[in-house]
Amino acid sequence: MHIYLPIAEMSVNVFLLLGMGAGVGMLSGIFGVGGGFLMTPLLIFMGVPSPVAVGTEANQIVASSVSGVMAHWRRGNVDFKMGMVLLVGGLIGSTFGVYLFKELRALGQIDLVIKICYVVFLGIIGFLMLVESIRAIKRSQSATAPRRKLHQHNFLHGLPFKMRFRRSKLYISALLPLGVGFSVGVLASIMGVGGGFVMVPAMIYLLGMPTAVVVGTSLLQIIFVTANATFFQAYLNQTVDIVLALILLLGAVVGAQIGTKVGAYLKGEQLRGLLALMVLGVCIKLAFDLVVTPDDVYSLGLGGGH
Amino acid sequence: MMRPVIALLILVGCALPARAEPLVADISESVVKITTGFTGTKVLLFGAIEGDGKVVVIVEGPRHSITVRRKERIAGIWINRDTLQFVEAPSFYQVLASDTLDEWLPLRTREEHQIGVEYLDLKSESEVGPAEKAEFRDALVRNMQRIGRYGTLEENVKLLGGQLFRADLYLPANLPTGYYNIKAMLVRDGEVASIKSTPLLVTKAGIGAEVYRMAYAYPALYGIGAIVIAVLAGLGANAIFRKV
Repeated sequence: MHIYLPIAEMSVNVFLLLGMGAGVGMLSGIFGVGGGFLMTPLLIFMGVPSPVAVGTEANQIVASSVSGVMAHWRRGNVDFKMGMVLLVGGLIGSTFGVYLFKELRALGQIDLVIKICYVVFLGIIGFLMLVESIRAIKRSQSATAPRRKLHQHNFLHGLPFKMRFRRSKLYISALLPLGVGFSVGVLASIMGVGGGFVMVPAMIYLLGMPTAVVVGTSLLQIIFVTANATFFQAYLNQTVDIVLALILLLGAVVGAQIGTKVGAYLKGEQLRGLLALMVLGVCIKLAFDLVVTPDDVYSLGLGGGH
Repeated sequence: MMRPVIALLILVGCALPARAEPLVADISESVVKITTGFTGTKVLLFGAIEGDGKVVVIVEGPRHSITVRRKERIAGIWINRDTLQFVEAPSFYQVLASDTLDEWLPLRTREEHQIGVEYLDLKSESEVGPAEKAEFRDALVRNMQRIGRYGTLEENVKLLGGQLFRADLYLPANLPTGYYNIKAMLVRDGEVASIKSTPLLVTKAGIGAEVYRMAYAYPALYGIGAIVIAVLAGLGANAIFRKV
């Protein structure tokens, strides 16, 4: 059964989309990741114009983050003050990101920028995850876990505008969370991701936040940043396909529930290793497409016909 | 489906002796609606000719400007560099004939009436060298052919009994919207003896059309709507699965 996607302007098999939603949703349930960084490239691979893939994915992430944040909210794992500062940066960043997106699109370079961003970030994250999971597997075999330092002091702690974040037990410059929020906002707009895979490590290692509040706080930030990105993508670029977003969402919601249950039976380190391999796989495919001589060095900008 | 078509053809045939026009033609439907389940469609063009000759049909979609970009390898990566914009290029162009055009249609006629992608008059916005322009022009045609927007179907016009003809117009799923012109031409002794143009409207219809219209007419409202729907869907999913 095919469905015509009104904004992407293409006819796609509904069950393929539902399956993709379910597959990526299941992964996000198992691994606790948003899945945008896998879904957007998948949409691009199947021929959805990359601006539409990015805009629509931002919209879908709003929904999945809303359903995810509720659980953390109830447990009180959200640092609102930190969330607000991150958010200010995030809103500025994502708005700026969409304007940048519009400019790059007019220049005909948006596809390239999206793909390079993916190659760089998937490459780094995939590699780090793989190394980490191999180490964890070895550690679980040798059974003696080495102690880690809580957090280190460096030049970042010398920045001005210091602020106290009670929930996170931190006294740091407000510029830090602002900067993190801004960068993640730009990424969310350009890559069509929530940015959790960048923000969570940044919050732990750069800001030194306790892990307990990291996920809840980042989800809160992701909801508003992707909502902002959705709005501006729709407003400036007309690249949000509600029909596509809803179908993917339907699959993702079911998949995530299955994934959460499946994940409980599987071993953490091996799972993370598996996810790392998948992330690297997508990264390599994208990198390969950039480097290999294309079938046709010419391409068309049809301009949508308006 | 065949029966009414045949009936129509007979009707056209019966009406024929009374008319003086050398070529009459009409299409089975004047509006193509792109609905949610649209996967392409077929429109039938039928008509009659007086005397001998062959029929060539050109289906042309609305004209837009189309940008052609050329990639170059820079630091190992293929990057879009030079571009050339073509103004008023047809967004859809299909030639239908009864047999191989190269064998019987003179070059002069093909050029004059732009019959075939090679003879399509494509104007670039900025002036470039002829060799450069030809490369970009070929690229435009090639890419449009690849996505099924440009093409020639040389066995799709059927002459029935020497006077009646029918042509099946295959319109793909990625059909651009707008006003199409379907031009049936009667070719006699290598010259176009008569032309009959029929308009065809391709429009989005149903929910998809509403979504599209909202997205472009009220982008701010559409953006807010998209967020509201997503939030509700997220809350709904949460509520449903908490009970399960």
